[in-house]
Amino acid sequence: MLPFILKRVFQSFLVLVVTGAIAFSMFTFVGDPIDNMLGQERTMEDVERLRTQLGLDRPVPVQYFKFLNEAVRGNFGVSYRQGREVSEIIMERAPATLELAALSAIFAVVMGIALGVFTAIRRDGFAANFIMSASLIGVSLPTFLIGILLIYLFSVELGWLPSFGRGEVTKIGGWTTGFLTESGLKALILPAITLGLYQMTLIMRLVRSEMLEVLRQDYIRFARARGLSNRVINYRHALKNTMVPVITVIGLQLGAIIAFAIITETVFQWPGLGLLFINAIQFVDIPVMAAYLMMISVMFVVINLLVDILYAFIDPRLRVSAK
Amino acid sequence: MTEPVLSIRNLTVEIPTRHGLFKPVQNVSYDIHPGEIRGVVGESGAGKSMTGNAVIGLLDDPARIASGEIWLKGRRIDNLGAEEKRAIRGREIGMIFQDPLTSLNPLFTIGEQLVETIQLHLKVSAAEAKERALALLDRVSIPDPKTRFDQYPHQFSGGMRQRVVIALALCSEPSVIVADEPTTALDVSIQAQVLDLIKELASETQVGVILVTHDMGVIADTTEQVTVMYSGEVVESGPTDKVLSAPEHEYTKSLISAVPRPQVKLHRFPQVSYGGRETTFKIEDLARNWHKPEPSKSGKLVEVKGITKKFLEKSAILPSQRTYFTAVDDVSFDIKDGEVFGLVGESGSGKSTVARMIGTLLPVDGGQIHFDGDDVTEMSKVEMANYRKQIQMIFQDPFSSLNPRMKVESIVAEPLMHHKILPPDQISGRVHELLDRVGLTRAAAAKYPHEFSGGQRQRISIARALATQPRFLICDEPTSALDVSIQAQILNILKDLQEHLGLTMLFISHDLPVVRQMCDRVGVMKQGQLIEVQDTETLFANPEQDYTAQLLDLMPRLAQLSS
Amino acid sequence: MTDQPLSAQSEPQSVTPSRLRRALDSDLYYAFKRSPVAMVSAAVALLLILSAVFAPLIATTNPFDPTSLNLMNGFTPPMAQNAFTGETFLMGTDDQGRDVFSTILYGMRISLFVGFAAVLFAVVLGIFLGLLAGYFGGWIDSFIMRTADVQLTFPSILVAMLIFGIAKGITPIEHRDQMAIWVLILAIGLSDWVQFARVVRGATLVEKNKDYVSAARLIGRRPSAIMVRHILPNILSPVLVIATISLALAIIAEATLSFLGVGAPPTQPSLGTLIRIGQGYLFSGEWWILFFPACTLLALALSVNMLGDWLRDVLNPRLK
Repeated sequence: MLPFILKRVFQSFLVLVVTGAIAFSMFTFVGDPIDNMLGQERTMEDVERLRTQLGLDRPVPVQYFKFLNEAVRGNFGVSYRQGREVSEIIMERAPATLELAALSAIFAVVMGIALGVFTAIRRDGFAANFIMSASLIGVSLPTFLIGILLIYLFSVELGWLPSFGRGEVTKIGGWTTGFLTESGLKALILPAITLGLYQMTLIMRLVRSEMLEVLRQDYIRFARARGLSNRVINYRHALKNTMVPVITVIGLQLGAIIAFAIITETVFQWPGLGLLFINAIQFVDIPVMAAYLMMISVMFVVINLLVDILYAFIDPRLRVSAK
Repeated sequence: MTEPVLSIRNLTVEIPTRHGLFKPVQNVSYDIHPGEIRGVVGESGAGKSMTGNAVIGLLDDPARIASGEIWLKGRRIDNLGAEEKRAIRGREIGMIFQDPLTSLNPLFTIGEQLVETIQLHLKVSAAEAKERALALLDRVSIPDPKTRFDQYPHQFSGGMRQRVVIALALCSEPSVIVADEPTTALDVSIQAQVLDLIKELASETQVGVILVTHDMGVIADTTEQVTVMYSGEVVESGPTDKVLSAPEHEYTKSLISAVPRPQVKLHRFPQVSYGGRETTFKIEDLARNWHKPEPSKSGKLVEVKGITKKFLEKSAILPSQRTYFTAVDDVSFDIKDGEVFGLVGESGSGKSTVARMIGTLLPVDGGQIHFDGDDVTEMSKVEMANYRKQIQMIFQDPFSSLNPRMKVESIVAEPLMHHKILPPDQISGRVHELLDRVGLTRAAAAKYPHEFSGGQRQRISIARALATQPRFLICDEPTSALDVSIQAQILNILKDLQEHLGLTMLFISHDLPVVRQMCDRVGVMKQGQLIEVQDTETLFANPEQDYTAQLLDLMPRLAQLSS
Repeated sequence: MTDQPLSAQSEPQSVTPSRLRRALDSDLYYAFKRSPVAMVSAAVALLLILSAVFAPLIATTNPFDPTSLNLMNGFTPPMAQNAFTGETFLMGTDDQGRDVFSTILYGMRISLFVGFAAVLFAVVLGIFLGLLAGYFGGWIDSFIMRTADVQLTFPSILVAMLIFGIAKGITPIEHRDQMAIWVLILAIGLSDWVQFARVVRGATLVEKNKDYVSAARLIGRRPSAIMVRHILPNILSPVLVIATISLALAIIAEATLSFLGVGAPPTQPSLGTLIRIGQGYLFSGEWWILFFPACTLLALALSVNMLGDWLRDVLNPRLK
């Protein structure tokens, strides 16, 4: 098991090196931030002053070393657009996205697994067929449309829930949370459902198809031949075997939630990292893009690593090293 | 005689399909008495497994029992509800499947699976259940049950897993066990042990056993009663020695006669003529157009000199940490012109690896292979193309050896086109001729492989192999995936080829009786090493090595059969 | 390769009708005829695709032609007479007086073009790399699959955005709008090749160990011929299933990017751009500007998804 985890750690390291390289190339070769920061009316002095200030006048290797050095310390320089420290902006925005993502993830995983198991076991039932058909609409409906739909229904027509923003937030140290106030919690509901719905559908469909696959296996047939009840076969044998491949994908989906937050945050004007990133792309604000990329890849890598370790615990074929 | 513990009365199973009602089991009746082993034998598709599934109430949708009755200890069970059937499964009727590798849940320990089953059927405490599980493991001769109890299925070998499966089937002392091809996936030596175990258990615990198999040898060695099935129906039933020595039905006769005899060498394999499945093979026509191969320079067409093959077992970044598994270890032999050389051994002994190295499908890690004096491992591109033209191969699995997306015509034409043996306008004619010669119609050319049966596919493979008029033919278990009657036809074709065309052959098989009929000389492989090479007659009469003697001993004898 | 394709040359001329009969007799067609869901979704998808292709013939106005626009026609509700000009529009007009029905037809053209082109790009790249990785193994396999793994760590929508952002930085401002469509195709296609490569690699690993491949190698056929002639035809059915589902995903991805303002520019609006425009007027009562493009997008994605779902069930490859 140890070599397996070491291998994964090495791979994760590789992912970070690659994203680091991409982030740096973006810094170095993409766009001219001067164009973006100063409008049409600019003097040569302005341009030169800004160049020196941003360190763009130095040779590429020096810039690269500086970038690596600073990145490790969480320092990504100054936003071209806002003129503030990128790390400061990110720290300010992160709680909003993380709270939203965590809530959606719980919603997606719990509902996804429950519905997936249900539709697999009651394969030919009316309810299962209905859920499956609905899920197809779920994957065909783009996230932003779901968001707009929910806003229209619950904010505009019914007026129950807010249509944008985080509501009232409480500050605890460097963290701002919406969990402690009524308006903060209310504001979370619609974005969390919007963000989690698509992932939930994916997880549900995956759990269902894996479980059906497992139920076709010989050992399930043999379990039936031993006279085990359907309950034991479904929830003890089949479910455990189903979870082995599903866990990896769920890990990827959790990472995806953070990325998909970009869409939800745009629709709900949620003051998180996603909104920051999409604005950065529109204005080619490279430091923010690079920092977001690095931060999100660290998050993905950590999630995937945890999933792999969990995986090794579930599957004895990995735990006990091969004879 | 005692009351039967299980009786099947006029059972018919039907499956609705797109093309109408299909009845894989028709009007089948037989009884099982306590402590008795009843063999149910027949070729694939005869409905023997389907009958077993109907007995334990596990027919796959949409198959269903159309008519007939199944009685267990005086109680009718075919018309019970799902929940009542489940209560009988495992409790009264145990089941053993063919493949022990997939029968156990890989994520639960052996102990967990045993205890779970015991506690389901017998109301005992966890400690008592464990006690009983350990006793069962001991009963099926698993060494060190206490350690094994906490291990996972992947830590067991195939034979050991099948023992665990048997222990699971025995958990609640059932009155009947349905064993569906329980030894087909196992090696000969393991097979004998597992069958012995089943025999012992039957006589000791008085459990009745339905043993479904396609193997006449297993029937002869293990069963007391036998039921012969052919396309869904019972054609003959009775005490095993009586049915085998004096079969009454034509099909049984032909089936028995098609089994290769280990005792004597016959010129040709007796073919099953039942059901009009025999097709003619026009070897004389083929021989007329065949340019007889020139004799090799030394009289030895193929010389294998100390070849070795290693497979990476555990990969690592540092070469020193990698571990290798030696599949073929310093093997040397030679094959004379026009000779059929056999290689036998259990699975994993490396015999197929040798064949693949000679066929250039695997690179050689050490040693040399000489073909008519030239070293195959050091050939230039041109020489290699020339070598490939002279060798051909027939593979084991007729379902994977033909590209399913190519028409038969393209399949047979491919070697001709590639080697540019004929101008393009003559290829089609040649292909039709080849198909004709192996007993297929010209219409076959325009069809796809899935439209043919296993035996016909193997004929197509032979036609492809003959297209380039090779000097040397490698046959890698060419009939082990076929029914015994089809096997006889294919083996006869190969014999004819060798006789009339002077083909030299390497014949790989795990089936000793077949090897005895086919080969002039035989090499025995064990764990990658060639331990003995002898003339066939000498080997079968006086084996030098203990291992060979042991293999010969395990051959099903079919002693009751007259040859 | 000097060999001619074998089949082309050895097929008798009478093959065409029998091939059609074979297709009509196939299990796929049989299953299709028995599935109302498949037939309806195929009909809807076909209708939408055809109306996009023939948009210039069907549309009442050309929304990209500024001379045909009349600002006075702005915000006309569907099937209602405009107070100033007296014109009526089936699905109303948008803020600039463009006929919504026509903009949807033209928008669908862009959505479908981007979708098809991106999937085609991903399929070709994925098959090529997947075949190489699966057939040759070794370091080629490691390199391709590790790259795929790294990319798979990131959700495709994020990859597409990144590529879009980088491309936007590289292209000069004056070409950005023109390049936008091609950048979209590149971004979505590049973000999508991994799953094709993985499936093709997996299938190739299975197929290359089958004996028909051994038989071809024994004859001495080259790896390229074996991959293209022998293996490729046998692994196309899972590719077909994924390609269908990918098409729906690509259409949605394009719409999402355009909605976020990082896709098709307002001068060449796709369905996503139209929804972005419509969103601003939803809460002030002009619902039709958003409603009709949204419905079209849903119908398109849903029908293609249902076809893909049905195909997967019928062909039943072991897919995730």
